[in-house]
Amino acid sequence: MSEAIKVPTMAEMMAEGKTPEVLFWVGCSGSFDDRAKKITKAFVKLLNKAQVDFAVLGTEESCTGDPAKRSGNEMLFQMQAMTNIEVLNGYEIKKIVTACPHCFNTLKNEYPSLGGSYEVVHHTQFLRSLLEEGKLTIEGGKFKGKRITFHDPCYLGRANDVYEAPRALIQKLDAELVEMKNCKKRGLCCGAGGAQMFKEPEKGNKDINIERTEQAIETKPDIIAAGCPFCNTMLTDGVKGKDKEGTVEVMDVAELIANAEDL
Amino acid sequence: MNYIPQILFAIILLAGIGYFASNIKKLVRNIKLGQAIDRTDNKSQRWANMARIALGQQKMVVRPIAGFLHVIVYVGFIIINIEVLEIIIDGLFGTHRVFASLGSVYNFLIGSFEILAFLVIVSVTIFWIRRNVIKLKRFFYSEMRGWPKSDGNIILYFEVVLMLLFLTMNGADYTLQLAGAAHYTQAGAFPISQLFVPLFENFSESTLIIIERAAWWLHITGILIFLNYLYFSKHLHILLAFPNTWFANLNPKGQFDNLESVTNEVKLMMDPDADPFAMPEEGEVEDVPEKFGASDVTDLNWVQLLNAYTCTECGRCTSECPASQTGKKLSPRKIMMDTRDRLEEVGKNMDANKGVFVDDGKQLLNNYITPEELWACTTCNACVEACPVSISPLSIIMDMRRYLVMEQSAAPMELNNMMGNVENNGAPWPYNQMDRLNWKNE
Repeated sequence: MSEAIKVPTMAEMMAEGKTPEVLFWVGCSGSFDDRAKKITKAFVKLLNKAQVDFAVLGTEESCTGDPAKRSGNEMLFQMQAMTNIEVLNGYEIKKIVTACPHCFNTLKNEYPSLGGSYEVVHHTQFLRSLLEEGKLTIEGGKFKGKRITFHDPCYLGRANDVYEAPRALIQKLDAELVEMKNCKKRGLCCGAGGAQMFKEPEKGNKDINIERTEQAIETKPDIIAAGCPFCNTMLTDGVKGKDKEGTVEVMDVAELIANAEDL
Repeated sequence: MNYIPQILFAIILLAGIGYFASNIKKLVRNIKLGQAIDRTDNKSQRWANMARIALGQQKMVVRPIAGFLHVIVYVGFIIINIEVLEIIIDGLFGTHRVFASLGSVYNFLIGSFEILAFLVIVSVTIFWIRRNVIKLKRFFYSEMRGWPKSDGNIILYFEVVLMLLFLTMNGADYTLQLAGAAHYTQAGAFPISQLFVPLFENFSESTLIIIERAAWWLHITGILIFLNYLYFSKHLHILLAFPNTWFANLNPKGQFDNLESVTNEVKLMMDPDADPFAMPEEGEVEDVPEKFGASDVTDLNWVQLLNAYTCTECGRCTSECPASQTGKKLSPRKIMMDTRDRLEEVGKNMDANKGVFVDDGKQLLNNYITPEELWACTTCNACVEACPVSISPLSIIMDMRRYLVMEQSAAPMELNNMMGNVENNGAPWPYNQMDRLNWKNE
């Protein structure tokens, strides 16, 4: 593969008297979950390739508070938020990119009224602008003719009306983008939102991730593309549950781009 | 001249409007039981939303069949109301078809009313078939048993009967016009009700007058009864859809409000200079600790209560809900119906106790909405997106979760573990914050 990845931290940057253009907010999944760490690395490789001036908070990062807030624990959420805002404002952060739609939504929408206002973008939006600015190019081919369906993460799509950026990236791969019967505004949740990721589902007759995976498989895809580490986990489990792991892959959009580049 | 019909008409009209007004007063009082919330910012956006979503029916047509039929009934309802204006004037002043002097415009109006009335009958029939013959799944969730099911059908019967009375009245009138009866001057075009003419031809003039008058009286009385039925029915949406879309949330759907009461507490906690044992200053009234979240309707804000009265139980929210689709107990529509039922109960309690609520040992939580329903929600916003009149069941679910967690510490155990981790290690899993960058070298 390629040489070691470069991941400067804000603390190192500050010691050198530098302010990076953008902070990469890794998120808890991206930091700790084995599957999500691969997405983090793929995204960092793209940032390195495009020579983006970025940094991470590293050990100074903490949960945005999203799962606490969606559980109803406003107290814990606001404590997390205010602690994070102190750190972010301390580094005079202006722009944040993150690969997690939950962090994206919380940082973008729920931090401002608590004193933390930043320009926050999802990594698919960021990658799209890198491509448009010519800082990153995709020599397609690897995914030519592959059928890829995109699962809209609720906190990217309905929650924030971002539908086009991930799709534009997939189309740049020369892949065949196929839509599920429920997509965009009517996309079906993967089942992880609202802190469901951290608990057993309530009693029912089916798991939500299975329902969604079935919708995805109906499109006969080679790849199910995701833009959220939680959706990725839920759909990967779903694909296993349907015994399709040999034929259908679940990949983050950043991984698709990095793969196309052989990074 | 005989004034009795006019006096009778005025009495019926006044009684109908009066009773309706008194119920609307009650409705407004009940909605005002909710907490304050400011939804008056960005007025131009609000007017635009109301025009687009309520008046323009934009979200109804997301589902094309129901949407198209609904637009017909809706346009029919609004346009045919011009005819009601004529009926009221005729009734009060003893005139007959007072607008007839409009000539060809009048012919056009009456003609369009008739075509609309016919289309309404067709649409309503299809609605009835969807409910009772095809039995669409979304009309058959457990919350739709009993009154809600009857309510849905009663509304359809009302509409068909009103339209048939309208056409009967016109048919008899037209037949009388053709026969040259006194008072029945040639006016109007009757593309649909002329089909009644062969039926009525052999009737005597006096029988026809009786039919025409009976249909006229039943039609207007029916309209007044239907008007008063609204308050007891899901059909209130025909009025409340307008304010409801105007006062709807304009923020991105993912943005949940930050509780201000919590912000104050957290700021105090994080302020190193704050004295935790500080006594309130002389003369300062010690704040009554606020309740976090909602366990009853009066803890909700008034827009959420308006939402509850606006809901017409169409079930689009529930049919889009991932939890409902996979057999969980949660149904967003039930959240709205429960909120309205409980609010009505609170209102009746106040009516019975001279305007003061007397504790009835009940609340919205547990007596109506169970924690199992609340914990099944993925906060995905599918219900909010699906609602054709901008209701947010999700905001009520979230406020009730807040009560469960912050007032009762009653979260599911796994969530308590997760929150403990967030509190102690800054991540929902038990990993050390110091290991957050380990991925870099793995």
